[in-house]
Amino acid sequence: MDALDLARWQFGVTTVYHFLFVPLTIGLGVFVAGLQTAWYRRTRKGGDGEHLLRLTKFFGKLFLINFAMGVVTGIVQEFQFGMNWSQYSIFVGDVFGAPLAMEALLAFFLESTFLGLWIFGWERLPRRVHLACLWAAVIGSNLSAYFILAANAWMKHPVGYEVVGGRARMTDLWAVLTNSTALAQVPHVVAGAFVVAGGFVIAVSGYRILREGSGGTAGLWRTSLRGALVMTAIAGIVVAGTGDQSARLLREQQPMKLAAAEGLRHDTSGAPFSVVPGLEVPDLLSLLAAHDPQAVVQGMDDIQRRYAASFGPADYTPNLPVVFWSFRVMIVFGMTTVGLSVLGLWLTRRRRRTAALPRWFARLCVLALPLPTVAIVAGWLLSEIGRQPWTVQGELMTAASVSPGVSLIEVAATLAGFTLLYGVLALAEGVLLMRHIKAGPEPMPVEPVPSDEARLTPTLMY
Amino acid sequence: MTLTTFWFIVIAFLWTGYFVLEGFDFGVGALLPLLSRSDADRRQVITTIGPVWDGNEVWLITAVGAMFAAFPAWYAHMLSGFYLPLFLVIIGLIVRGVGLEWRGKVTSRRELALCDAGIVAGSVIPAFLWGAIFGHMLYGTAAAAAVGGALSLTMATLHGAVFVALRTTGPVRARARRAALLVSAGAVPLAAVALPSLPGSSALTVPDWSASPFLWASALAAMATLASGTALIWRRREGWAFAATAGAIVFTTATLFGALWPAPMPGITVMEAASAPYTLTVLTWLGVIALPGVIAYQAWTYWVFRRRVSARSE
Repeated sequence: MDALDLARWQFGVTTVYHFLFVPLTIGLGVFVAGLQTAWYRRTRKGGDGEHLLRLTKFFGKLFLINFAMGVVTGIVQEFQFGMNWSQYSIFVGDVFGAPLAMEALLAFFLESTFLGLWIFGWERLPRRVHLACLWAAVIGSNLSAYFILAANAWMKHPVGYEVVGGRARMTDLWAVLTNSTALAQVPHVVAGAFVVAGGFVIAVSGYRILREGSGGTAGLWRTSLRGALVMTAIAGIVVAGTGDQSARLLREQQPMKLAAAEGLRHDTSGAPFSVVPGLEVPDLLSLLAAHDPQAVVQGMDDIQRRYAASFGPADYTPNLPVVFWSFRVMIVFGMTTVGLSVLGLWLTRRRRRTAALPRWFARLCVLALPLPTVAIVAGWLLSEIGRQPWTVQGELMTAASVSPGVSLIEVAATLAGFTLLYGVLALAEGVLLMRHIKAGPEPMPVEPVPSDEARLTPTLMY
Repeated sequence: MTLTTFWFIVIAFLWTGYFVLEGFDFGVGALLPLLSRSDADRRQVITTIGPVWDGNEVWLITAVGAMFAAFPAWYAHMLSGFYLPLFLVIIGLIVRGVGLEWRGKVTSRRELALCDAGIVAGSVIPAFLWGAIFGHMLYGTAAAAAVGGALSLTMATLHGAVFVALRTTGPVRARARRAALLVSAGAVPLAAVALPSLPGSSALTVPDWSASPFLWASALAAMATLASGTALIWRRREGWAFAATAGAIVFTTATLFGALWPAPMPGITVMEAASAPYTLTVLTWLGVIALPGVIAYQAWTYWVFRRRVSARSE
């Protein structure tokens, strides 16, 4: 164990942890904004939209509990490049820093400022403006995903740059922002976030339906369940389609990752897809990765030989079991979630509008929270561990990226500190969310006319 | 003016925005226990920054992100060089952030107290450490770090006290005014010692302070605005007092970055640390397009929440 290993662990722990909250921020934000929009449109025409308002506030509160964690753990991410990976930062800053600066200026300001207005603006702003504030915040969240993923894509497939004096130099911003890797990865990750958020709402709705039976506010949960099922199913199709696109790009841009994900040893024409070790479907990998059953897919041993010849002797193979299994976990857990949502759409179809949801399905719904979360984390493990030993594919190795002046003890101490604090906060967040889910939505006030005093009361906080 | 110089000024501007805006957030957090006698008081104090603190913190994210993009080597050396202090800053910002967001969602008194403890610690620690980090960056001594930290903590606290006085009614407002006067008794002498004594201790990076009239003018303006802030809060001119404490932070930060030019850290000059002209040009367009919009909608937020926050007994 040296400082490099611990710095990698620190990046893994803090990034995976950060990404537990990000998908909910991205997807649940849109879901809540959709609910509030439905409420706004319904009530503007004089209709009864009370249930939509209750759902907006209920899921809005869960969204905010989660949002806080996403924001504070995001700070670590931006500092970490400089703290633990100073050599990497010096090498890539000219290119990699631009999307990060864009993310802050164009996305984070929008997100944070307008979310503050939304939280405190319920009684202060006209309804239309208040709704627009939430949409602005949500657009900010989604935009931030684009910029950070464009930066991340550049590490896997560097474009629009030249290396001068040991530092990468940007030559074409447009190439960086329209990197083919980014254009495949952004919809894949964002749609994945919608699957996670949809799964969260499905799980919460299923749990509430189990608790309340057909009485109480069961109609409320049917509305949120339907909405989330639709969102999850559509997002699931996008995830699958863009995943296919990503696999084809891997074959061209990161052949080692693809070979490791399949355990493919040698360059093979008509490469088989390995379902689990020992069970193979002939030609399927070539078909998936190139849309041609006879296409050649490079194998690890041959890539290793070629890399050693062009980059010098080193081990260019990533951690095989992690890459291999995370690929399968991602697919199976993700597909299961989407299958669950399609089944749910069938069970709640229009003709069964009045029928009670079967209890066995309500129980299954609860699984929709952990399944896609595990899938999306596995996806990141595949993507980033599969990139090793490079930080920037073909340009900079991980071992050469770490901060030279930071000692083993310093990395160990901060790793322990983050892990400890993150553990405590995860527990607190889980307890808070569970408590609010158990408590259910607040009853609507009977007397809606706000006095001057009440106008100062933020509705959702404090 | 070269692009590099221009971007050094932009970085200074972003840090200034951060120190002015999150400065009062930190002050409000640090003073939370002193300004409140009850839960309602605490809620009143926190509500003054509730809608804006998160947007204010993005100034830090932007300043650091812009350093990464425009001066990668400075970013890398600063962040890896101040490793443990920055770790503590981050921990502070984390516990403060969740404290602020969660305090309205917890149920028991004990949890509320935990949130408030997070807010206080998460305000005091970063407010001190930012001054310490930049003090150390300038002079490389523990003494400079201690003085810098004390100065940034007291100035942020004063700024926050004036902000609460400006934004509240009732007993909290009166307490905030008294707190501001009390803190300024520490901040003003500290600034009077620290700011002009900077040239004397400039062993490391500052080339020739006395040759730079800009730095002297800026340091003097910082002291003058700080002192006038005290006088104005004494005379209950809260709006003007806030402008004065904000001005003091602006001038102090300007002095600081003036002194950091052109070698912000040992062995690193701004010219060597800078990105290539293409990137700096791209960033310039980005800033020109985005920053005015950001400033406009953040200003609008303050306009929306301009009304004083009163105590509520719910």
